[in-house]
Amino acid sequence: MLSKILINFPLIAVVLIAMMGLSAMVFKRNIVKILMGVTILESAVNLFLVATGYREGGIAPIFTNAPSTHMVLPTVQALTLTSIVIGVATSAMMLSFAMIIYKKYGTVDVRKIRKLKG
Amino acid sequence: MTISSIAQHLPALLIAVPLLTAFLTPLIGGVNRTLRMLWVALGISATSAIGLALAWKVFTTGTVLYVFGAAAVGQVLPMDSGGIPIRIIFEVDAFSALMIVIASISAFAITMYSLVSESECSGQDGFYALLFLLVVGIMGMVATGDLFNFFVFLEISSLAGAALVAYRVDKGVAVEAGLKYALLSTLGALCVLIAIGLLFAQYNALNLATLASRLQFTTLDKIALALLIVPLAMKCGAVPMHFWTPDTYATAPSSITALLVVSSQASLYGLFRVLFSLYGHLVQFNYATFGWFVIILGVLSMFVGVTMAIPQKDVKRLMAYHAVSQTGYMLLGVGVGLAVLGNRSALNAYGLTAMAGGIFHIINHAMYKGLLFLTAGAIFYRTGTRNLNKLGGLGHTMPWTMVFFMIGALAIAGIPPFNGFASKLMIYESVFRFSPFLSIVAMVVSILTLASFVKVFHSIFMGPRREEFAAAREVPAAMIFGMALLAVVVMLFGLFPQTFIDGMITPAVTALVDRGAYISAILGGH
Amino acid sequence: MDVAWTMHTGFGSWNPALWLAALLIALVVALAIRALGRKDYRKNSAQTKPFISGNEEPAHGGGHIPASNLYWGFLESMKAYYERLVPLHTGMLGDYLVWFLGVLAAVLVIGLVI
Repeated sequence: MLSKILINFPLIAVVLIAMMGLSAMVFKRNIVKILMGVTILESAVNLFLVATGYREGGIAPIFTNAPSTHMVLPTVQALTLTSIVIGVATSAMMLSFAMIIYKKYGTVDVRKIRKLKG
Repeated sequence: MTISSIAQHLPALLIAVPLLTAFLTPLIGGVNRTLRMLWVALGISATSAIGLALAWKVFTTGTVLYVFGAAAVGQVLPMDSGGIPIRIIFEVDAFSALMIVIASISAFAITMYSLVSESECSGQDGFYALLFLLVVGIMGMVATGDLFNFFVFLEISSLAGAALVAYRVDKGVAVEAGLKYALLSTLGALCVLIAIGLLFAQYNALNLATLASRLQFTTLDKIALALLIVPLAMKCGAVPMHFWTPDTYATAPSSITALLVVSSQASLYGLFRVLFSLYGHLVQFNYATFGWFVIILGVLSMFVGVTMAIPQKDVKRLMAYHAVSQTGYMLLGVGVGLAVLGNRSALNAYGLTAMAGGIFHIINHAMYKGLLFLTAGAIFYRTGTRNLNKLGGLGHTMPWTMVFFMIGALAIAGIPPFNGFASKLMIYESVFRFSPFLSIVAMVVSILTLASFVKVFHSIFMGPRREEFAAAREVPAAMIFGMALLAVVVMLFGLFPQTFIDGMITPAVTALVDRGAYISAILGGH
Repeated sequence: MDVAWTMHTGFGSWNPALWLAALLIALVVALAIRALGRKDYRKNSAQTKPFISGNEEPAHGGGHIPASNLYWGFLESMKAYYERLVPLHTGMLGDYLVWFLGVLAAVLVIGLVI
């Protein structure tokens, strides 16, 4: 039982972090906090991807001094790297949007940022 | 480089050429304006030519595979890979080719148009760089045969799209729209990424065909399915997740709005690809449930979209709601096909026709809706307002824009002999066999569409000349050219529907329904 | 008629060329009827002025009906529908996210149950 929990520990963490991110996105009214929620959710997804790549006793695909050439295929790690890069780009862009909105509207409250409606 | 090697590398060039154009535009634009215009025109011509050539190759010789990084472009399964296609593969079948045709024609017309319409604005280097990145995203989404690659291109198109929406800050309103679009796209893309993780963890593959051949429809697969289809439905603007669409479409520069329509149709492509090629024909897959899911989304989109359009006062916001409404027709047509996918006789009797109607509507919609947004842009270019209450009497001074608007408006309302009628007729007649009620809803929506465009036509073009628009003239030739190109395509598709249905639509429907062919193109005999 | 002109829907067919021909014939007939029109028509006489119950014709310029006045009756009769629908489009980012997550949750539940 305990070992099962331990082995699924990263996945439990993923769910908890994702819930934190989602609740920040849904319940917070401040744009910056919503964007923090997005970033937290991104971290959860990245953690999930990396966690699926764990192989017990696997050999990292680094050929120098490798004990065997029977190695782990590092696909998910590559996916995670890509996703981190994309995450940085989206966060930077959306935070710059938040900056401009604050300059033009004078607020970061989503309830007041609604010139487009109906 | 010889012709044959170009022909061999078309799928790679389809991505490489716009990408190169995008990143060199700021460099070349630094030299001078004229050179930048020439460079952008050259870049988009090359991209569209490559796209059309690739589509031609697919329609004449069948599915084109392209393996990145392999010794030979067709080497799908390397010797030591254990039967897994480990490289990124582009799999361009007839459905992808159809989407590439749409993107090529629209992108060409739109870029030619924006060369003039944006010529007085600042920050042009970034604008064109982002525009080409958006084209890269669209082309990549529809050409790739790899799920993670699809996610990357989805993000490229979302990022470039959001940046372009917010590009002209417009007192912050455009940025508000850009933020809404970016945030929803990011959330959707994260859901897609979780789904990719779920699938990869189980089947050790990212290739769509390989995944499709291994899928067991476990509980995790069901979760992955939901995480794939809901974000993609949101990205194509299906009700009740359409709220971002009017905000974004209304505030973006008009040429960008027309391209965003194509980008959301690329998401529609992804939705259909997941439902048909990835999950379709699985024994446990419940066609009726998911078919009705798509149909309900479609009917809601049609009806809510058009009824929300009628009271609108902003011409682009009105057209954006119509975009939602027209997407409903595509979802309805293809949804009926999905609902009867397991029933061979019903599929042959009306399912395939409904799907053909839905898919024909994708290309028709891209053309006439692009045309309508471009005419709205032309009006904004000359008058500086999008408010229907303030406009009027422009028919005297902008006759060409008026003619193009009429063509677009009649096509979207499904008036013969324009292209919208051909696809809508197919949808009405085949959906009637499935459920007469849905068919009647579709017709009512068409009537409401016509009504709302009569209002737009009346308030923009009719009436006496107005003093405040005395200076309004016809728009420059390049903008007319962009609109004329789309108008000619609208008329051609309307006058010779069967030619295009036989040549492009039927192969696309076959490619979508025939999941085995999609798999065996990668994995060989199955 | 040429095959390229005819579209088959599986239930019937549609021919744009015939439609255009019919339009053309109708146009010719209309023009012919117009040519047979009244011979006592005089340009720039009182005949050509619109008859508005004997009132003077209002000056041009104020004659354009703005967009929001069109379809007033439709909107009025559908008031109950629009009063429910339009407020849903709040323009609030949080609501957009909730709608998306709500549909996602619904599809997840439906997908897992069935």
